[in-house]
Amino acid sequence: MKFKTFKGGIHPNDKKELTNKVPVTKHIPLDEIIIPLRQHIGAPCDPLVNVGDYVYMGQKIGESQSFVSAPVHSSVSGTVSAIKSHPHPGGGEAMCVFIKNDYEDKLDPSIKPFSLELNPKSIKDYVDSLDSADIVHKVKESGITGMGGAAFPLHVKLSPPSDCKIDTVLINGAECEPYLTSDHRAMLERPQLIFAGALLVAKAVNAEKIIIAIESNKPDAIELFEEMAKDYPEITIGVLKTKYPQGSEKQLIQAVTKRQVPSGGLPANVGLLVTNIDTCSAVTRAVVMNMPLIERNVTVSGDAVKSPKNLLVRVGVTFQQLFDACDGFIEEPKKIVMGGPMMGIAQSTTEVPVIKGTSGILAFTKPETYGKEEGTCIKCGKCVDVCPMRLMPNALSIFSRMEKVEKLNDYHVMDCMECGSCTYICPQRRFIVQHIKHGKSVVKNSQQKGNK
Amino acid sequence: MMEKLIVSYAPHIRTHRTTQRLMLDVIIALIPSLIASIVFFGIKSLFLVLTTVASCVLFEFAWQKIFKNDITVCDLSAVVTGILLAFNMPVSAPLWMGVVGGAFAIIIVKMCFGGLGNNFVNPALAARAFLLLSWPVNMTKWTPTVFVSKAAQGGADVITGATPLGVLKETGKISFDYMDMFLGNISGCIGEVSTLAIVIGFIYLLVKKVITWHVPVIYVASVFIFAELMGENGLFYILSGGLMLGAVFMATDYVTSPMSLKGNIIYAFCLGLLTVVIRKFGALPEGVSYSILLMNIVTPLIDNVTKNRYYGKAKKSKEAKQ
Ligand code: SF4
Ligand code: SF4
Repeated sequence: MKFKTFKGGIHPNDKKELTNKVPVTKHIPLDEIIIPLRQHIGAPCDPLVNVGDYVYMGQKIGESQSFVSAPVHSSVSGTVSAIKSHPHPGGGEAMCVFIKNDYEDKLDPSIKPFSLELNPKSIKDYVDSLDSADIVHKVKESGITGMGGAAFPLHVKLSPPSDCKIDTVLINGAECEPYLTSDHRAMLERPQLIFAGALLVAKAVNAEKIIIAIESNKPDAIELFEEMAKDYPEITIGVLKTKYPQGSEKQLIQAVTKRQVPSGGLPANVGLLVTNIDTCSAVTRAVVMNMPLIERNVTVSGDAVKSPKNLLVRVGVTFQQLFDACDGFIEEPKKIVMGGPMMGIAQSTTEVPVIKGTSGILAFTKPETYGKEEGTCIKCGKCVDVCPMRLMPNALSIFSRMEKVEKLNDYHVMDCMECGSCTYICPQRRFIVQHIKHGKSVVKNSQQKGNK
Repeated sequence: MMEKLIVSYAPHIRTHRTTQRLMLDVIIALIPSLIASIVFFGIKSLFLVLTTVASCVLFEFAWQKIFKNDITVCDLSAVVTGILLAFNMPVSAPLWMGVVGGAFAIIIVKMCFGGLGNNFVNPALAARAFLLLSWPVNMTKWTPTVFVSKAAQGGADVITGATPLGVLKETGKISFDYMDMFLGNISGCIGEVSTLAIVIGFIYLLVKKVITWHVPVIYVASVFIFAELMGENGLFYILSGGLMLGAVFMATDYVTSPMSLKGNIIYAFCLGLLTVVIRKFGALPEGVSYSILLMNIVTPLIDNVTKNRYYGKAKKSKEAKQ
């Protein structure tokens, strides 16, 4: 079979064997959970509760008036013990609601039991009976964001600009980051929920076609999905070559549909909506039961972790609890990362909570997890070969350091998606992405100055 | 509680293929040619290689010590330069010339411009050109291979130290056996004679993904095509002189070749054309090293014109047309 792919990219050791055969186990949250009021791209929420209030599991506790935002919900029942600033896994600190768990898991009265029968016929009938606006509304109320890492509020994607007609929904099951298997396990363990969610998303934007894209390193999931897709004529399965960053939105689109998102544009500009695979199961739960996004699969892995696992985790549980649930560390970790090793964010403490975009948490002991000295560029061109955006990363890194705005624009610095492929491959161990990030901020600043 | 955790930017994993590792692979790929040079020209070849390598490494180390730069000799690039320099010299060259060549390659060509990555021409080739200009007699005193000499003692009638390209230039005749040329049983610089050994090294580099096939293959193919077009024997052009060594090990030098694929295709194609033109019309029998040096100088230009290739562009220009 010929796998679909894009130009460039790298082949890091994917380390998925640590967890891809381990079924997801449910993690029981302990005493206190910490719900950050900002878990998504966009405006942070304002708290809707006060210290001392009793909250139900699934009750909305934070909301914003801004359109690009997603409400947050309590993931346990209990009492609000504090609302204060706390370290955030996305970096820095953020306002968080602390909730003392009463271990009752009393559900919010608005949440209904799961009533949908999971077979193709009843799923289709159910989806047909719904109204698009209704689905978008429920998705918004449930605080669903992309669960692949970027955490972009889903209802925003479901409301594309009026001049863009979405014809195809692309469900991203690439999971191209090494170590992570949480989506892979979701595909194996709740496929019907995912299919139902995909249909709901397509219905919400009136798309005719759905493509579920999966990387070739998950043969069991591909087989299962291809079998199931026989019952759904609108759904096709696209098998992707295993390569990083295959799951990046623009690369996925290019691989599966041969369309290219214009520079600075959105997938909607080329008639597409892309969303992460496990987000679909969250959509199904939201629409059928009014269940907000308060729980997700998290891969806990890395060479420091004694028993790497996939856990079904409530939002707000600290990383430390999850490491403890995996029998702690073999050796003191030197680095903790939220997300995958290529684009994940290094943490300064394990007391940060899991948020909606936490696909994995990794702990590393090896010194190679931090950069060595950087050498001069030897112009080997390896970064140029691998850049999936077809940029010249070496030139960008040099111009970034010199802060040459004109040159940076000339070389399209803003198109860099910070995938890290260039830094990964550089034989001189140059911190290319880091320089480019700096370059981007220099360019942004100069634009702002120009606008004034 | 945990000690200080390291907080650094993504990515948190890196390839193990550092410059040192890549250079080690280049050195490994050069070993078949080294063996061939010892087989055909005797142990003196090895001494020449050791001299140039020691010279390159020592001069680089000394420079970095004196100017208190970071010591980067561990990246092994000086070793590669040393080997390639020796490979571009005849076995009869006195060892002191190896020392001078190494000094020139490292100090003038590499370090004066800021070290690895900042030199704009290939140090080994520039040093060879310098030696050729300064001591033309020493650099073109060709010795027949061990086997040719033996055959001569056994009573065979020809004994000549001339290189195939030299003979072609002098007499306009091709008087060599292709098999000898392929194996390396001909006169020439010690590392360039054996096409077989170079091809083995080339395959190793491809397997290890140190280089891609584009530059060597396009270079050699375009030499063949242009030679045939100009009424020469293409196969002879490929097997003679330093083409193979140049195409596989020197035209592919990271620092001095273009970065993008498109750039490399243009570069390799021009190399082929230049090489044939110099060999056919120039005063010198050989044109590989000058072609590469020339194209090295043009490389920044090629990089500049091939820089625009970003994702999302195709779509835009199509839209613009509509
Ligand atoms: S981080 Fe940017 S420059 Fe580097 S490979 Fe990715 S897109 Fe290209
Ligand atoms: S990979 Fe590193 S050394 Fe090679 S061209 Fe890019 S920045 Fe330079």
